[in-house]
Amino acid sequence: MRAGSNLEKMLESGQFAVTAELGPPKGTNQRVVERKAEVLRQCCDAVNVTDNQTAIVRMSSLSVSILLKRMGLEPVMQITCRDRNRLAIQADVLGAVGFGIQNMLCLSGDHQKFGNHPTAKNVFDLDSIQLIQTLAGMRDRKKFAGGDDISGEAPLFVGAAANPFADPFEFRVIRLGKKVRAGANFIQTQPVFDVDRFKRWMDLVRKRELEQQTHILAGVTPIKSAGMARYMRDNVAGVGIPDSIVSRIEQAKDVKEEGIQIALEIIEQLKQIPGVHGIHIMAVGWEDIVPVIAEKAGLLPRPVV
Amino acid sequence: MSFEPKIVAFCCHYCAFAAADLAGVMRLQYPPNVKIIKLPCTGRIDVIHLMRTFEDGADGIYVAGCLEGNCHYMEGNLRAKRRVRYTQQLLDQIGLGGARLEMYNMSSAEGPKFAQVAREFTERIRSLGPSPLKRGREEAEAAGERLEAVGTA
Amino acid sequence: MIVAEQKPLDELRQMLAPYDRLLILGCGTCVTVCFAGGEKEVAVLASALRMAEAIDGRGKAIAELTIHRQCEPEFVAELREKVGDAEAVLSLGCGVGVQAVAEALPGVRVLPGLNTKFMGQTVEPGQWKELCAACGNCVLDLTGGICPIARCSKSLLNGPCGGSEDGRCEIAPDVQCAWQLIYDRLTQLGLVHLMEEIIPAKDWSTARDGGPRRVVREDLAKLSQ
Repeated sequence: MRAGSNLEKMLESGQFAVTAELGPPKGTNQRVVERKAEVLRQCCDAVNVTDNQTAIVRMSSLSVSILLKRMGLEPVMQITCRDRNRLAIQADVLGAVGFGIQNMLCLSGDHQKFGNHPTAKNVFDLDSIQLIQTLAGMRDRKKFAGGDDISGEAPLFVGAAANPFADPFEFRVIRLGKKVRAGANFIQTQPVFDVDRFKRWMDLVRKRELEQQTHILAGVTPIKSAGMARYMRDNVAGVGIPDSIVSRIEQAKDVKEEGIQIALEIIEQLKQIPGVHGIHIMAVGWEDIVPVIAEKAGLLPRPVV
Repeated sequence: MSFEPKIVAFCCHYCAFAAADLAGVMRLQYPPNVKIIKLPCTGRIDVIHLMRTFEDGADGIYVAGCLEGNCHYMEGNLRAKRRVRYTQQLLDQIGLGGARLEMYNMSSAEGPKFAQVAREFTERIRSLGPSPLKRGREEAEAAGERLEAVGTA
Repeated sequence: MIVAEQKPLDELRQMLAPYDRLLILGCGTCVTVCFAGGEKEVAVLASALRMAEAIDGRGKAIAELTIHRQCEPEFVAELREKVGDAEAVLSLGCGVGVQAVAEALPGVRVLPGLNTKFMGQTVEPGQWKELCAACGNCVLDLTGGICPIARCSKSLLNGPCGGSEDGRCEIAPDVQCAWQLIYDRLTQLGLVHLMEEIIPAKDWSTARDGGPRRVVREDLAKLSQ
């Protein structure tokens, strides 16, 4: 046990884990966070808090993670490499640990060009793999990246993202291996729509026995509208929505119902893939639907570990 | 007193200038405002030549070359086309107006076209009026001083 | 080489508005090769400015001069005589050139005519791309000769990130993913195993992050009198 967080215990116990995502507000109102958190409370083992997602400034992932902790939920604090250098990141981690936050997800981060401050200087002092190494080092060697000792323990459950749908395809699994070697204890993937391609990726994962060294949670996103489906297909890098799904949505009488149905079908298939230890539900701006999906997928109530 | 535009036509030896010759032989009329400068190829024209010609007082300039695909030097007229376009944009930016510059293509057999282009362009410039440089320079007479020209190293 | 672009004409005219007597100074090296500030560009800009000012009823006197390299103290020292009574010098050199000229002509207003962009190479006539970020600690041996610091939008050392699709970077369809290029090159060289190694966190102190840099070669220092 690296940290003993609920998420870690769930995964280590061999049970199918469920995580979800919470997007902080573009403002100072904590009630928004509290409302979303209550929706997610009963239906997942841990809640990811995004970090200036798509380079749009929002309430910080550290502060919102603290808020969730105080509400009795378990956060996964997301850290991108775009906005903070190694000093700031390690400082945030020290503070987070002090509040009992243990799950951390290491990401490169979307380029600031996409967000609302495209004229900012980007940081990228570390990349996501070096970030994983840094956090693992803080935990296992009790040292900062610069070499000084850290006073106190840093029990961290370190995660990383993986994109089975980006290029070069053959290299994605090698890169996953790098993340695992760097110290990634769990992996959350980008949303899966093309299950066949995901299965091929999982074949390569198992060939390298990576599913034995890390816990993989497959991403699931319910589609809300035809516009969203088309946007994700055409504009969001590395998602790969098959045209068949876009057509289903476009031809559906009740688009939202169809979106939920597609998500449920995908979840059923994901459950069957060996090496997949859980799902990560990313319901962008539609957090209310997460408990519905979890319920219909037969994943409720969440086991207590 | 009506305005007589000063037009300079840069013509390539193989096509446009030959067409001008032919227009002469055919006794076709075109305005005397057009002064023809012969080049081996319109590809010889560079932006600075066009700029300096305007600086020296031309009201309008056109570059006439072979038909596209038939340049005697293969691509000279294509290079000229791009440089003319670049110069037109620059002329718009400085307030002289890119409409005072144009590129035309013709074959050596097109005597009538040469004459027609000369007539049409002269009329275009006539209606645009004299180059704004003239008036501007008159206004600047009092303010202007000359720096000694410095040679390049 | 250093690649730069001329500032827009409006911006230049605004910068030059207070001055009636100018010298436009070109540079015969990098900016000549990227057609931003060589002798030809000086001539065209001088002509454009003269005409623009004249059309507005102002009589700016503009002289033109191009030296081999503005970043060479020896060549720049000669400018002291050539400046004459110019009130301002518009340098069409890169940022280095502008500063060198400004230092050589104290008391003269030296203005930048170009925006210096990057260190790069000609792709084809009329196109230049960024290749080197001067990080001070070259890792091109690990990446088959393709720089991840300059050419990856996120300067990743263990790329590609999840935004790489079809050889393209997420930031724009016409930006190549440097790590796709590296992967292809290393595969071609039979060295793709290099990409399985984790490259540790970079020491950025050798880059501009460590402060303005200097290189000293003591064996080449001036002999004392």
